[in-house]
Parts: sequence; C-alpha cells; structure tokens
Amino acid sequence: MSINSSTVKKVASLARIAVSDDEAERLVPELNNILGWVEQLGQVDVSGVEPMTAVIPNALRLRDDVVNADPLTGGNVRDKVLANAPQAEHGFFAVPKVIE
Amino acid sequence: MTELTNLTVAEIRDGVAAGTFSAREVASAFNAAVEAGRALNAYIVETPELALAAADAADAARASGDLKPLSGVPIGMKDLFCTAGVQTTAASHILEGFTPPYESTVSGKLWAAGAGMLGKLNLDQFAMGSSNETSAFGKVISPWRDASGKDLAPGGSSGGSSSAISARLCPAATGTDTGGSIRQPAAFTGISGIKPTYGRCSRWGIVAFASSLDQAGAMARTVKDNAILLETMAGFDAKDSTSLDLPVPQWEANLSSDLRGKKIGIPKEYRPDGLNAEIAALWDQGIAWLKDAGAEVVEVSLPHTQYALPTYYIIAPAEASSNLARYDGVRYGQRVLPDGAGLQDMYAATRAAGFGDEVKRRIMIGTYVLSAGYYDAYYTQACKVRTLISRDFEAAWETCDLLLTPTAPSAAFPLGEKQEDPLAMYLNDVFTVPASLAGLPAMAVPGALNSAGLPLGLQIIGKALDEQGVLNAALALEERAGFTARPEKWW
Repeated sequence: MSINSSTVKKVASLARIAVSDDEAERLVPELNNILGWVEQLGQVDVSGVEPMTAVIPNALRLRDDVVNADPLTGGNVRDKVLANAPQAEHGFFAVPKVIE
Repeated sequence: MTELTNLTVAEIRDGVAAGTFSAREVASAFNAAVEAGRALNAYIVETPELALAAADAADAARASGDLKPLSGVPIGMKDLFCTAGVQTTAASHILEGFTPPYESTVSGKLWAAGAGMLGKLNLDQFAMGSSNETSAFGKVISPWRDASGKDLAPGGSSGGSSSAISARLCPAATGTDTGGSIRQPAAFTGISGIKPTYGRCSRWGIVAFASSLDQAGAMARTVKDNAILLETMAGFDAKDSTSLDLPVPQWEANLSSDLRGKKIGIPKEYRPDGLNAEIAALWDQGIAWLKDAGAEVVEVSLPHTQYALPTYYIIAPAEASSNLARYDGVRYGQRVLPDGAGLQDMYAATRAAGFGDEVKRRIMIGTYVLSAGYYDAYYTQACKVRTLISRDFEAAWETCDLLLTPTAPSAAFPLGEKQEDPLAMYLNDVFTVPASLAGLPAMAVPGALNSAGLPLGLQIIGKALDEQGVLNAALALEERAGFTARPEKWW
C-alpha cells in the first residue's frame, strides 16, 4: 500500500494538523518509506495469537466512590485549571465562535 | 580540595551526612558547572535557587539529625516531568510557557527524599528521537569529541540528561524510556541508566508519549547511584492505573556482583551480519566479564527480534497520535488563531505551528495506522506481533535469568548525520526496543572506548520485576570494565 498526497492531506485533516500542498508532497515519500518498512509485519504468522493489551498482568482497580479522594486529582481548583489557558474568560476556556 | 562535581550520588549523600562538605557547597559547585556548561544546551531551564534551597534544607536537616535518603543531592530533571511552578515543555513549542500547578509523582518523591533540582533537562521533542536534535529549544551537544572535532549526538531522547551527567553538570538525572530513551543516550555518553519494569514508576505527571511503553528511570555514572535514585522514584501510585501495587525492594542494600548460580543468555539474533566489529568485541568481552563473576553463559534465541522495531514504529506512533490529541490550543500551551479562523482551523493551525517535524510525522503515521480500513492490517497486527516478542522472552527465561546484549548499534554519531533519514535514526533503537515492548527492566552500562575514543555500552535485560538481577549483573560488568574515562572539557 502506498499513499499519495491526497491521502496525506486526509490524514493531516484527521490529525488536525494544517499542511500546505508543498508539505503534503514532501511528506508522501517520508511516510511511504516508513509504511513500506513496517509492512514487513504482514509476513509474521499470527494465527491464534491475541493482541497484547498489557505488558505486565495488572488488574484495573476501582477507587472508592468519594469526592476529592486525592486532592491532587480532585475538584474545586478552577483557577488552577484555567491558569495555563491561552484565553480564559469569566471562569471558562474561551474559543472562537463554534455555532453561527 | 575534592572536585565536588566529580562526586557520585552516594559520595555526596555520605559526605553531606559525615560533614565532609556542606550541601550548599555541592549545590553551588553544580550551579556553577551548569552555568559554565551552557554551550552543551543540556538544560532548558536552570533553577539554581531550587538547588540551593534544597541544599540549605539538607544542611539544616543534618544539624537536627533529620537527614533524608537524598539530602544534599542535586539532580537534573528531564523536562518531560511536570514540576510545580517551573516551566515544563517536553521540548516542544506547543507547551512553551506551560507552568504546571502540580508536581509529577516521580519528581515529587525525589524532592520529598531531599533531592534538589538544578534545572529542567533538554530532550527530543515529546521524547521522540534518538539524537536530541528534535528539541524546539535547540540540539543538545555531547561533551564527548572524537578526532574530527564535530559536535556529536548525546543520544535521545534523554540527551540533556546524558550530556549533563557525563559533563558533570549534575551527578544524576531522571530519564524516561519508551523504546530506549534512557539506555541509548547512556551508551553514547559513557554513563549508566536503568529502565525498570513497566509500572514500577508512576507515569502520573509525565508528559505522555506512548502510554503502554513509557517508563521513568534513573541515569547516573554508577550502578549504585542508579539503584539509589530508582529506589526513591519507584512505588505504587493510585493516580496511574498501570502502577504496580508492590513494595519497592531495597536495591542498593542488596547490590552484589557475585553472579554464581546465574545464567546469562546471549541472544543470537542480536548479532546481525555487519554488526560493528568493536561492538561485537565488547560484547564478547562482556561475556568474559560475566563468566569471571561466576555466571554461566548460554546461547538463546529470540526469533521475532527483527520485527520489534517495525512493531514499535506502529504502536508508539498510534499511542502518540491519541495522547497528543490533547494539544488543541484551548486548555494550555500555544494557540495560533489566524484572522477569522473557526475552531477547527485554530486546532490545525495551532498544531501545525506548535509541533516539530518528527512529532508531526509520528502523529500522521499513528493516525493512518489507526484509521478505518487500516486498523487491523497495521495496529492489530502489531499488537499480535508484540505478544510474540513478549513470548520470545518468556521462552528465554526457561533457560536463563538475564540477557546480555550491546546497547546501541554504533557509538555516538555526528549531529545532523541521520537527521534527514528517519528510518536510519529509528535503527538506533534496534537493541533497546524489544525489552520495551515486553515491559522488562533493562540497563545500560559503559564498557569501553572505541578506537575513536568514544564510549560503547552493554545492556542487561532481566525478567519482569527483577531489577535486582539487572543491577547486580550491571555491577559485575562495571567492576570489571573499570570505565573511568570522562570527556575532556572544551565547553
């Protein structure tokens, strides 16, 4: 499978990265080189093999259902949450108008 | 007078406790070295005041008989760990100016143990790279030089850590390792570094790259220093769902280079045709050293080794494309808002301007292999091959306790040499990636200088949770290698 510049633009759009026509052209051989190389995995016989989901067996835990069990991940820290926002107004994140 | 910046972590800890020197003297010496070492570009942010504050606390603790495990030890912190009140960027413009209001679990443990921060260390952008050339804050330069006099790569992604430690700009540092980012830079700069078992160190507060692979670890000049640092860094954290709920062993106290009764496996697939002759010779020497320490050496086979790198370069970009979706110009970091742009255009413009080329390349690869129609052919297939790679190790453990391999396929290369060819750069991780895919503890130790006077490293890989075995074998190598070379100061 090899990709062309329209596929590159589609992928860039899915990834929300703006690319110019020139950049898309430049990315075509770069990405094809990498994809051509990883395609060798198709040679491996994986019949009956389960995909790995966890490298070390470890059961997922449930924490106690209490508010602010760990203050570091708890709530009531609005100003801290907003402190690094490029634009915060009235206690909210501000973004360009979404709905006309 | 002792050269304070040439002391190990253990020597600083013990010297401060004994009153041989004060913690303030040590911190001041390292602060001066950091300032004098700016030509290496190892630090993105310098925090001399934090190092001094921790030193003063250590000196006060000594006076009151209240010393902590790392009192008086100043360290460097890879700029992938969130540090409260100190800019954290992952070496990307997209996070420039980001000042976390919280502390990562691992860095918090180090400060609570008395360590002080000299500064935030440079790295490859979002830890993606093997030469530290992808940082938005400039390349890191290795303190090592060969006869060509060219600037050499310190390895990556923990290149600020490796450069700073080998240049004596810090006695030890944190690193993170996703596919070799602690071990390869350690090998390039003649220092040691350990990636523990996946889940030993909490990932909470570490800027995420590929979450099923990311693991924090230690970097320092001696095996013992690595044991000391890792003991403080490791431990259960409920805030990381993959954190292992196990007690932290006393790795330092149990260090022993007596390997009698241990079987060391030599994986034949790690000796491809065309393996650098000096690296092959060092590997043979390493085998002799481990035999001398009492170990029995056996050949083993890890048949899927050749598929490890392509597996990694599907799984890691796939996870990265998901993890890095959070950089949207809304909640933190840079925002680029072209005139009249809507929300979608703002996302795309912000990410185009904020991410470097290698990061964009990996996000695009990851997006592609996860996209409809390709998911099973690429991503699911890679996850299945990952199972096979992990099974290879399980099978090897039936006949041996540890593995000995080279750390990297070459010595440090000149900066710029591989930058134009992503695939050539990826091949640097050929010996380190398999252990990462299997979540196993692995450590790099310096073995010798090559004919050009540059360091070469050996790698020990162990069973899950057997950091002690890894450290002990590394110690046996360290004692026999007698590696004392250090770069000549030119900066």
